[in-house]
Amino acid sequence: MTETPKPLPEISAETRPYWDGLAAGRLLLQRCTGCGAIRHYPRPLCPACHSFEHDWVEAAGTATVHSWTVAHHPFHPAWRGAPPFTLVTADLPEGVRILAPLHGAGPEALRIGAPLRIGIEDNGQGLCLPVLHPA
Amino acid sequence: MSLSGKAAVTGVGDTDYTRDAGGRSVLALQLEASLGAIRDAGLHPREIDGIVMPIASGATVAEDFVTNLGIPDLRFSVATPLGGAGPVAAVQCAAAAVAAGLCTHALIPLGRTGRTGGRIGTRIQQMPQFRTVGEFEAPMGAIAPAQYYAPMARRHMELFGTTSRQLAEIAVTTRRHAILNGNASMTKPLTIEEHHASRMIADPFRLFDCSLESDGACAVVISAADRARDLRQPRVLITGVAEGHPDSPSAITQRPDLTRLGLAKAAPRAFAMAGVTPADIDVAEIYDCFTWVVLCQLEDLGFCGKGEGGAFVEGGALGLDGRLPVNTHGGLLSQAHMAGMNHVVELVRQLRGGAGRAQVKDAELGLVTGYGDLGDGTIAIMARA
Repeated sequence: MTETPKPLPEISAETRPYWDGLAAGRLLLQRCTGCGAIRHYPRPLCPACHSFEHDWVEAAGTATVHSWTVAHHPFHPAWRGAPPFTLVTADLPEGVRILAPLHGAGPEALRIGAPLRIGIEDNGQGLCLPVLHPA
Repeated sequence: MSLSGKAAVTGVGDTDYTRDAGGRSVLALQLEASLGAIRDAGLHPREIDGIVMPIASGATVAEDFVTNLGIPDLRFSVATPLGGAGPVAAVQCAAAAVAAGLCTHALIPLGRTGRTGGRIGTRIQQMPQFRTVGEFEAPMGAIAPAQYYAPMARRHMELFGTTSRQLAEIAVTTRRHAILNGNASMTKPLTIEEHHASRMIADPFRLFDCSLESDGACAVVISAADRARDLRQPRVLITGVAEGHPDSPSAITQRPDLTRLGLAKAAPRAFAMAGVTPADIDVAEIYDCFTWVVLCQLEDLGFCGKGEGGAFVEGGALGLDGRLPVNTHGGLLSQAHMAGMNHVVELVRQLRGGAGRAQVKDAELGLVTGYGDLGDGTIAIMARA
């Protein structure tokens, strides 16, 4: 049986450094070099000062729980057999959030504010993605 | 110039709502509903001179209606691609167009083969509104609206103590209304126990917290208020209308407050335009892609405070004789998923006194909301003239 491919991100020139960073094991966040604001998800323009200029900073690697869901229905053939899996919306100390699967624990222990640790893992099909672990 | 009272809904129409339209095209379904709405208004199709398409990514365009209805002089056409907020956005757009004299009778057709055509998980990934989450969140397995919206509901539950039983109240009441309506996909009564026993889709959403996938179509005609006097039906005036977008409209994940939708910005504008308050509303048709989205909108509309929606919906409050009758047609949860266009149709029928067994007694003032994509909100307040 052939494995159904998971959807691949449609990467643009502006978002390429983010994906290259993950492939190199680093979660990179866009930082406006006009005003210093960190923004996520990557985009062309700083909504605060309207500068196109930016660089990339590596996230510290810690996070806390903001919310979550437990996926029980796959909605896509590539995730058939995968549920249940937990997707956590997590606050980063840099002031932005990520969405990532929770590894190493079930949803039972999740509470708003619970500490997490960010990892990066291959999704089994060659795409590196952030994951979250209980801290 | 205020738009209040300058436009009226003069015609409504719908097809049978089914889970299989038997291979009929979206266009054929839309044409059937459109003819129904035009006849309901007492108009001839050639008098339609404006078309607002509520979903741009649909398979049909204004030109299809010119070709099939034989419209000799279409003077205004536009699309309002706001997902489930699109139909009420189309009402706003049509009202503005007829008030400004750009056209006189604007048709808003909506149809879909959501059940037998492309399903939701694959459909939204083709919509530009979902491009950001498509790149950064879909690779995590977050594919469908249920998965994007569930964290809003979970956070609401954690912060305010909202319960699955309160969500079930919405599903159960809505089902009761669908059965009274007659033209509904779901025809068996639902209990709170059956809701709780239904399978989990994306926690906290169980199957019966989720809306249907449907085949069918519905349509309305919006006319300049002064021209509406001469038409067949009692006038239903659009007295307040507004659109609002949430903070971080492209990604719920990055939204400062996960429990506040675009409707929270739109609702005060619409109430101010109409010169009424939530306490004046007799009936409310509230976009219900998921039970929790109804509860959150009740808060954002101002029927109760933020976090109080759970208590508000308890005890049959949303029933026909409750404190605020809601989704008297059965909504997207139990009538059909017509992207909220069926909510517009139902509000008009209620205000005409023509809602059959689900008629709210003495309904003179009502509202309809839309909720689309990642939290866009729309609202129209209407009054029997």
